[in-house]
Formats: sequence, structure tokens, C-alpha cells
Amino acid sequence: MASGSEPWSSGVAEEDALIGETTDVELLKRAWRNEKAAPEILQFQAALVLRAREQIQLLEGTVEEFVGNGVDDLAVSLYQMDLDRTQFLLRSYLRLRLQKIEKYMIHISKTNLWNRLSEQEQNFAKRCTDIMEKHLEQSVLSRLPFGYQSILKQSISSEEDDMVPEPQLDTFVFCKTRGDVGAFQLDDTGDEMVDLVADDLYVLRYKSIKGLVENGQIDLV
Amino acid sequence: MAGQSDPHLSIFSAPEVEFLAEDEVIEIVPNIRMESLHMICGDFGPFFPQIAAKVPLWLAVALKRRGKCAIRVPEWMSVERLTQALEAERESPREFQTLPFHYVEISRLLFDHAHDDIPDEYMVRSLIEDIRDVRFHKVETGLESISGRTHAVKLKNLSAMEVNIVRPFIIRTLQAFYKHDSPQMIQQPEATGNRRSQVADRGPRRDLRPR
Repeated sequence: MASGSEPWSSGVAEEDALIGETTDVELLKRAWRNEKAAPEILQFQAALVLRAREQIQLLEGTVEEFVGNGVDDLAVSLYQMDLDRTQFLLRSYLRLRLQKIEKYMIHISKTNLWNRLSEQEQNFAKRCTDIMEKHLEQSVLSRLPFGYQSILKQSISSEEDDMVPEPQLDTFVFCKTRGDVGAFQLDDTGDEMVDLVADDLYVLRYKSIKGLVENGQIDLV
Repeated sequence: MAGQSDPHLSIFSAPEVEFLAEDEVIEIVPNIRMESLHMICGDFGPFFPQIAAKVPLWLAVALKRRGKCAIRVPEWMSVERLTQALEAERESPREFQTLPFHYVEISRLLFDHAHDDIPDEYMVRSLIEDIRDVRFHKVETGLESISGRTHAVKLKNLSAMEVNIVRPFIIRTLQAFYKHDSPQMIQQPEATGNRRSQVADRGPRRDLRPR
């Protein structure tokens, strides 16, 4: 954790407490799963990604050494498999986030979701938006009549930006509670309560459990 | 709604679910000597011939395929335990029995790669198939009870692969109900004049999105 330089969300304390009992691979797997199942982009796990990278590099070095020293092929191939698995997880995690950024780049850049991106992801999002704007401008927008040339609005009479794709927070997700959460209110009016017990599997509206996902009390599956 | 049906963003592929299952720990009996493995996903070994060791499933399968170990079939995969599970599964139409979260994938991987280590292989195979069928039938009947009042569905003990199979259907069903049941759609016009216009606004906007 000490190596992290990014600002952290409230999930940090939770994660710290769990670190003793789980490996980084487990944590990465959880981050990957949550990212995959959540409709919106989640906080970038900067410290975790950094640690995973370091471990991958370290093992790559070790494997090379092993090959040079003539360590038996079996062990080398097993290490290679471990390496491949971790790399797959890391790559898939990063790629997933890029897909989400591509899809919702304008929405992300307008909201505080922006702070959830890593520096590289922010650069990516900026470049992506620029290119998209330019492309739409050249291919379509410049040929449309005045008042219909915005990339954000359907027409000049729209009060708000109504052509920006947004993630659907109303969607339902499958989730598993990690510990006892207790009685939990599902909507604003308070007439829908569920009692979340450890290891229960529920299908709930993402919006209502968003907070629990962010602070690590619940895992998406 | 369309956003969630994008398979790349929200749904795990079957190989991905299997990938997750491959980290489950299983016992092997190696027939070789090998030093400890210090891997990113944990430390395993050292391994000595005929002395059982715990390793992740992927490692067990890798060793097994090279003929370097026998896999000890987990306890829940015995004919006795599975028969009990199947009976219990049949007796309680509204509950799922406790089985490993990845029972489908684990048993599948063992059938594929270690079938000679499974006592009564055919029996075990057919029991697991029966259990899957019974459980799936329960899921299907459970789906019929979903209505506009459903804000949460509890599926305690449903396994990973089962979740993955029913996910698109359950999510779309719940969303459809949620959408048509929302107060914006059914309240009296004077109370919701304001909201209505929002809903109306949303119609054409959705069509313009690149989905």
C-alpha cells in the first residue's frame, strides 16, 4: 500500500485490513470482477496495479534466470503459467477500463468519475475525445444546418447535453456480500429493505448498492 | 437497458468463469520430487512423491497432464455426498443446497483431465448432471415469481456458472418490470407533468445513441 501515490477512495481502509489474508492476485481478481460487472467505471486500483506489475517483472526475471541456469523444464513451465495468468488478469482489467472510457468518455470527463481514472487513462480519454470530436465534425456535423452542429446536444434548443451516452446505473447486478451488512435500504423512500447476511447472493439494482461496492462490502459476480 | 446487453462489458464468458474456478485449491499426490514454487498467486510445495499437497486447480491439472501427480477428488464429489445433495435439492423446491461456488467448473475440469482419479466416474458424472438439472429447473420456476414489485432477488448458493447463464435473462426481466412499473409511467398526469416531459425527452434520445 505504501507505494501508492494516487488519491484514495474510502475503500482503502477496508482493503488494508484484508491484505494480510489475501494475495494481490486475489485482490486483482476481485477488482477485475467488479469492474466487469459494474455499469460505470470504478476507482482505479493504482497501488494494486503497481504491485502486480512489479511482481510480474520480478517473476519474468526469475524465469529467464531459471532458463539460463538449466532449472528443470517442468518448474519453468509452471512458473510461466502463473505469469501468464497474472498477466491476463492485469491486461484484461486495464482493457476493460479502456472500453468503458471509450464508451462514456464525455460523461466521465464531465463528472467526478474523472478522478477515478489513472493519469494514463485520463490522457487516453482526452485524446479519444479529441479524435472523436474531430471525426464527427469532419464527417457529419459541419454539413448539418446551424443549430444542429453540437456533439453534445441534439439541437441548439436542448437545455442540457442530451446526446452524451451515460452508464445505466438503474441496471441490476448480481452481488455477493462479503461480511454481514445488516438491514439495507434499497431505495430512497425506505420501503424496500433487505437483510444482507455474509455470503448471500442477490440480484439488486446497482444504484442502490453502489456505495457498498465502492467501499468493498459487497462483491459483484 | 441496451447498455447492459453488451456482452463485452457485463458478462463473463464461460472460459473466464472457468479461469476463476482454476484458482480453487485442491489436493494432489505427486509422484515426483520438486522444490517449492514461489508464485505470484502464492507459495506451493515442496513436493515429495506420495505425499499430498494443496495446490490451485490449474497447477494440479498442469501436473496431471504431464503425468506427474494424481488428483484427490474433493469430498463433495463422492457418490455418497452427491446423492445426499441431490435428494436435498429435490426435497426443498425453494432453496439451493450448499455446493462449492464453482462446482460446475471444478467437476468439469476433473472429468476432462483427471477422470481416472475419480472413483465411480459415471455415477458421479450423472449425479452432477442431475443436480444441475434440478437446480436449473428451480431457477426457471423462480423466474416466474418475478413481478413489478421485485426490487431484489435472493439466490443464496447459486453457483458461478449458474449465475452466468441466467444473468442476461434475469437482468432484462427485472429491468423491464422496473421500467414499466416506475412511478413516472403510472402516476396521474397533473402530479407528474414535469416528470413526464423528461420521460418523453428520453425516448428519441435513446435512439440516437450509438448502440
